[in-house]
Amino acid sequence: MYGKGILKGLGVTWKRFWNTYLEDISWLLSGKKRYFTEEGVKHRASKHARGIFTVQYPEERLILPEEFRYVPFLVYDEGEGGKKEVRCTSCGICAKVCPPQCIWIVRSNDPNTGRPIPEPTEFYIDMDICMNCGFCAEYCPFDAIKMDHDFEIASYGRNVYNLEKLLKPASYYASIRPQNYAREEEARKAKEAAKAAKTAAKPA
Amino acid sequence: MTAPASTQTVDLAARFPGIVTADTRPGYSGFIVEKDKLVEVATAIRDEFGYDLLTAVTAVDYLPEGKMEVVYHAYKTTGGPGLVFRVQVPRVDPIEVPSLINVYPGADLQEREAWDLMGIRFTGHPDLRRILMWEGFDGHPLRKDWKEPFYEEDAKPFKSRWPEGRHVMAEDRNPYKDNLKFPENFDPEKWIPDNDNMLYQSLKRYTMKNEDGLETDHIVVNMGPQHPSTHGVFRAAITLEGETIVGLKPVVGYLHRNHDKIGERNTFLQNMPYTDRLDYFNSMSNNLAYAITVEKLMNIPVAERAEYIRVIMAELSRIQNHLVFIGMLLNDLGAMYTPALYAFEERELILDVFEAVSGARMMCNYLRFGGVVRDIPPYVMQKIKDLVFDRLPAKTDEMDRLLTENEVLVARLKGVPVIDGETAIKYSVTGPVLRAAGVPYDIRRADPYSIYDRFDFDVAVRYNGDLYDNYLIRLDEIRQSLRILQQAVKQIPDGPINSQKPQYQVRVPAGEAYGRIESPKGELAFYVVSNGKPNPWRYHVRPASFVNITCLEKICLGAKIADFVALLGVLDIVMGELDR
Repeated sequence: MYGKGILKGLGVTWKRFWNTYLEDISWLLSGKKRYFTEEGVKHRASKHARGIFTVQYPEERLILPEEFRYVPFLVYDEGEGGKKEVRCTSCGICAKVCPPQCIWIVRSNDPNTGRPIPEPTEFYIDMDICMNCGFCAEYCPFDAIKMDHDFEIASYGRNVYNLEKLLKPASYYASIRPQNYAREEEARKAKEAAKAAKTAAKPA
Repeated sequence: MTAPASTQTVDLAARFPGIVTADTRPGYSGFIVEKDKLVEVATAIRDEFGYDLLTAVTAVDYLPEGKMEVVYHAYKTTGGPGLVFRVQVPRVDPIEVPSLINVYPGADLQEREAWDLMGIRFTGHPDLRRILMWEGFDGHPLRKDWKEPFYEEDAKPFKSRWPEGRHVMAEDRNPYKDNLKFPENFDPEKWIPDNDNMLYQSLKRYTMKNEDGLETDHIVVNMGPQHPSTHGVFRAAITLEGETIVGLKPVVGYLHRNHDKIGERNTFLQNMPYTDRLDYFNSMSNNLAYAITVEKLMNIPVAERAEYIRVIMAELSRIQNHLVFIGMLLNDLGAMYTPALYAFEERELILDVFEAVSGARMMCNYLRFGGVVRDIPPYVMQKIKDLVFDRLPAKTDEMDRLLTENEVLVARLKGVPVIDGETAIKYSVTGPVLRAAGVPYDIRRADPYSIYDRFDFDVAVRYNGDLYDNYLIRLDEIRQSLRILQQAVKQIPDGPINSQKPQYQVRVPAGEAYGRIESPKGELAFYVVSNGKPNPWRYHVRPASFVNITCLEKICLGAKIADFVALLGVLDIVMGELDR
């Protein structure tokens, strides 16, 4: 029969149309909020998602997975009296591995001996050139550079970040990537314990 | 994984003594053919040895040896490893090599690309114009002695970044404050733009008189580059007779960024995120093709678990690509929004998986040489299972119900010819378009890579080669991909995810490798030449979209202008990959 296929197709759109209402009503009856809540957004990204699918950015936001990466930032540990202990040793691996070559580092030199000291004097990342690949964070041996979750960096000028703008505390890093942070801290403690055991064993 | 040596399955040198010699350079395979006898040898390769599908034509500039080399990769559509043959010519202009366009018409656009970027003149080519750069461009940018305006050093990492890396803007180092340079003695006041004359001359022209004595002239229509149905900045110059297309030339290169040259400046690892930007719908597949190529060159194994993860990601990528294809095809045909948005919902869920494992929805950068960058977290594995067992099969059926039997759609698509199998092979068309034309050629079966030989699936094939079959084959392929996924998700073993230690600079021995995969759009291949340095000497992408549009002129001649959008649509091009 001519038109059977069209009717079949219309059946699909018809069902989808009613699903938007059924879904809203069922959420209403259960007393939960489908919109503007984390639970609702999560539901819309699950296998049960039906009805309205859209997430109303910026009022609603997608839940970012831990591994989400945007531009890099530098991690510092909070020392005594609010002193920023920069983890970066200016070894230059991130600058070497960076595919678009957007990382610029000036290594510090000891003014007396002229020898390099392990911290950067200047550190620039050209965020307009950064391609968000995450290599710098992946290959940093000191867990000093990490990928940020904050993706709203649009501005009217060029986004060349200097050291001051790049530095963020380790507590911030722990808040956006709790699992990675815990794993790295554990590895670091194990390493320190091994080192301490070695130095303790030596004089004996 | 097949060793590079296994490509040499026929003894071409014995068949053509004195004309063909085996390539004995370490790390290389195949045959070197005398330039003058190239057409004769190629004809024999096609007719006597049965290598009917010429997949890649590319050139390599061996500057230190003073040689230019044109490399051809031919395969049999019945399956099996390929045949590499090459021509070497002295690097003195004019560099001339006979064109293979009469033996393999699929060489057309690729020879034009080699002329454009390498400056190799293919004698006998009927329309040897620049293709990616504009007419009047100064020089051939892929030659090793050509330097871009923002040139800093031959290879990354640049020395200015560390340890004395005081930031300067790249444009401040260029007198024009832009990524731009002019030829010597160039006077912008006197320059007259060439106005596409050569392009229009290559199109068919006609004048005729009808019965009333009225003179009819040809009409040239430029579709694109700003056209909603050309999938990006694609332009087609078309001559029309009434509504019938009598001449067509694709004009591409608006999105050209010389991916190959960037790749030669990069280290091997640095190229990985750049491959994401080729076919930006399928960055996982692009990563896979590149990883396979470099692993071939490095001769390293891949961790078992990583192989499964790669297959899972590549097949998920195929599913979302085909869903978007169906949505966009309907969009092109005028069924705005509904099918496209239904497709995009499922795509979102698949992209959520990519984001959770790799950190980015589209620019995944997930694979590394020897494995993948990180394991799939358990909650994501659960999500993949939900998708492949529950949601996607049901949604594929829903898409099927929505569209397949719709009489309007069937009337629009059925019987509109795209391409027949024989022509498709001649024009080096690969992927779903070839299979919809009745040629069951799928690299996952014909020349298996990764671990595809372990899975039970059918090569989707349809026989009419019309628009409707090109639509149906995508649904078939989604179903087959789901079959592979269901097996892969069940079988995936525990274990390490990389066979190598994480290292930011890999050692790649000298040699060449051609790695290819069945990407959702056709054969995606990388041709990489290493000379033992941290950067590839030659890095070439054989993109599916670019080679597939070689047949565009052929399939559009005689078709109605109203079908052009649909014909272009089923070729499933993406400009990031086409223009590179």
